[in-house]
Order: sequence, then C-alpha cells, then structure tokens
Amino acid sequence: MKIPSLKPATTRVDAGRRDFLKSGASAVTLTIASGVTLMAFGGSEAEGAADAGKRWGLLIDVNKCAQDCTACVSACQHENGWKGRGTPETDAQWIRKVTLKNHATGHETSMPVMCQHCEKPPCVNVCPTGASFKRKDGIVLVDKHICIGCRYCMMACPFKARSFVHEPTNNQSVNAPRGQGTVESCTLCVHRVDKGEIPACVEACDATGNGAMIFGDLKDPESEISKRLAEYPSVALRPDLDLNPGVRYAKL
Amino acid sequence: MLRALVFLGLLLALAAPVSAQDFAGLGPEIPKATGDPHPEGNRVMRRRHMEMMRHDRDMTMHDGEREIDASISECFECHSVKDEAGGYVTYESEKHFCRACHDFVAVKVDCFMCHRSTPEGFEEPALHAMGSSAEQDIDLARTYLEGLAGEHTESGRPE
Ligand code: SF4
Ligand code: SF4
Repeated sequence: MKIPSLKPATTRVDAGRRDFLKSGASAVTLTIASGVTLMAFGGSEAEGAADAGKRWGLLIDVNKCAQDCTACVSACQHENGWKGRGTPETDAQWIRKVTLKNHATGHETSMPVMCQHCEKPPCVNVCPTGASFKRKDGIVLVDKHICIGCRYCMMACPFKARSFVHEPTNNQSVNAPRGQGTVESCTLCVHRVDKGEIPACVEACDATGNGAMIFGDLKDPESEISKRLAEYPSVALRPDLDLNPGVRYAKL
Repeated sequence: MLRALVFLGLLLALAAPVSAQDFAGLGPEIPKATGDPHPEGNRVMRRRHMEMMRHDRDMTMHDGEREIDASISECFECHSVKDEAGGYVTYESEKHFCRACHDFVAVKVDCFMCHRSTPEGFEEPALHAMGSSAEQDIDLARTYLEGLAGEHTESGRPE
C-alpha cells in the first residue's frame, strides 16, 4: 500500500488520543487518504472487516424449509433483541416466514424472507440523510446515528423488509442497538460476519437439521454458495425489478 | 502595578489554606470506576470522550472495524453503578455514571435511545414509561386535548 505522507493525527483520528500520542514515543498515526487512517502502535493497524472484494449473500432452499419451523426467526430475535410486544401491526420484524399457495394445485411453500441486501437498493436511493447505506461488501444497513425516522425507505422497499421502532427501547442486545424513531432491518448479522462467523438464522437452520440456508461470498467462485448457484437454478424475488439481491431462493 | 501585585499576593495567601474538601458538593459526584485507569488520563477522557466515541462508531458502522478502542459497551465494563438490589442502574436512574456529570451540566445524552446503558448480559428492568397501557396513553391525550379546548374558550375566541 502506498503511503503518501506521514503526518500526525489531525483528521478523523480522534483528537482524544492526541495528547496520548504526543507522550507515547512509539505511537505513530498515518493518514493515508481522507477517511482512511492507520493507527500504528508498534506495527498493529486498525482496518475494518468490510471488504470490497466480497459480496455476502444467502441461498435459501425452499424445499428444505419446514412449514412449521420458525427456528431462524427465533434465532434472529434472540441475537438482535427485537422481540414483539404483542402488537403485530407495529412490532418489528426483521425476518418472517412466508407461505405461498399455488391455487391451481393447492401446494404450499414456506420460506423465510428478510432484507434481500439488494445490489441496487431502493431504500438507499430514497434515503434523504444517507442513513440507509450499502457497505463495501454488499450488506445494506441503517446508520441509526443519522436516521431521522422518515420511513421513506420502508415505502421504497419492495419486500417489506424494514421496521420502524415505535416505542422506547431498553435491554437491547449489544449486537444490535435499536431505538424509538429509527428504522431497522436484517443486518445479515454483520457483527458476526465481521468476526468470520455466519448469521444466527443460518446457524439455527443448520441446528434443526433442515439445512435450508447457505451463507457465503458471492464473489468467490470457490465458495459453496457460488458453486451451488452456478450448478442449480435459483431465483431472486421480484426479478422484474432488477435489484440483483444478495439473497436467492432455490426450488421456488 | 506594585499595589496590584501586593493585592494579588494577599489574595493568594488568603486562598491558600482552602483544601479540596471545601469544594465538595460544588461539582458532580462521580461514581467510582473499577478496572485500570485510562492510559490517556482522565483529563483527556473528560474533555474528549465524545469525539473518541464518534470517530470509532463510524469506523464500526461503515467499515466493520470491531477491534476499536472506544466503544460505548466497553465503558460499562468499568463505569457501571450497582443499585441496592445488586443489579445495575440504567440511564433512567440519576445514579447512572453518565448522568452524574451530564445532569450537572444539563446536557442530554441521546446514546441510550438505542444503546443499552448497562453491561452486556444484565437483564434491564422494564422502562417506567412503558408501564403505561394504551388506554392510559389515550386518557392522557384526551385530558391534554380537553385542556387545550378549555384554554381556547377561556381566551375568548369566537365559538
Ligand atoms: S430488501 Fe428492502 S431494505 Fe433490503 S436492501 Fe432491498 S430495498 Fe433495501
Ligand atoms: S427512515 Fe431513516 S434510513 Fe429510512 S429513509 Fe428515512 S432517514 Fe433514511
């Protein structure tokens, strides 16, 4: 990596460490480009886990999803702390089980639907504040520090994937801070992904033995998810909208 | 000039015997923390903690940097206050660490609208405001609206 200049912490590096840096003889901070900083304390560097070389996605095999199973939903609630308050009209729902019925044959299909982590997310396009954003690795998130709760994104999302928090919150999970007046949705368990783990719903689905969900890097041709997608047919929900979602469904 | 200096010296001489104890109660009472002190020193933390947290929150949120130095959940590993029952006090309590100073300087902290205000794993009690039922809320709104309507008639507006 090319390091253009060596200068003391003046940009986004918190000024709080400045005094410390002055006194700590071995500590050096490099400003590489605007918004990118390296903090070197004897060689260690601070760098985010979000990697533009990856695109995280899910493949859901609808045939393997049991109709009466809600393990993924419960796991998500537990992991991210969004349990309902008994008011279904306004309760948050990051992931839900949807049942489709073919009226001609009577065949029923059950599958989980959550934020589809669109490549071209309408929720990001319409957001007036920049709170709704797509990470370098394709995960679509709401930065609640910026969200003003206008709910424009909720109207723009074709999958009803987002929820508005109506009531004051407490006892939140450290994994997913959430509060009144902001919008939220599936984060693809970004806090786990950044640690190299898989989302809670996928883990729970595996634990039931159904194994209906696969998580992985769509840009890596050697990943299990990419291989399956290449080998077997799959669909995106609402392909007519051309959003290229990161969540795909097989046998639908 | 000389007279001013003498006067200043006199003032200082008078002020000298005043000990730190005499100032007790004039500032916020900061709850004792556990754990190692901040390497940056308390002076830096007092002045700059908000900047540190803002910087690190953007790194976490947008770049996925999880190994950060200043995270709000980490604060509570040392800066949490126990209540009589042995649990932790939440931001709803005046005894909460953050409130000790922020109440004193009348600065409202918005962090806990979304973040939990106790260490991870502790089961926070229900919010007081959430104890009210929908009926109570409606009653409250009705009383308020009736009050407004009353004000308008009293002010002599044409009916
Ligand atoms: S599914 Fe909805 S919330 Fe998720 S990225 Fe697409 S438009 Fe946004
Ligand atoms: S509710 Fe928040 S995230 Fe959604 S569009 Fe408005 S500001 Fe953006």
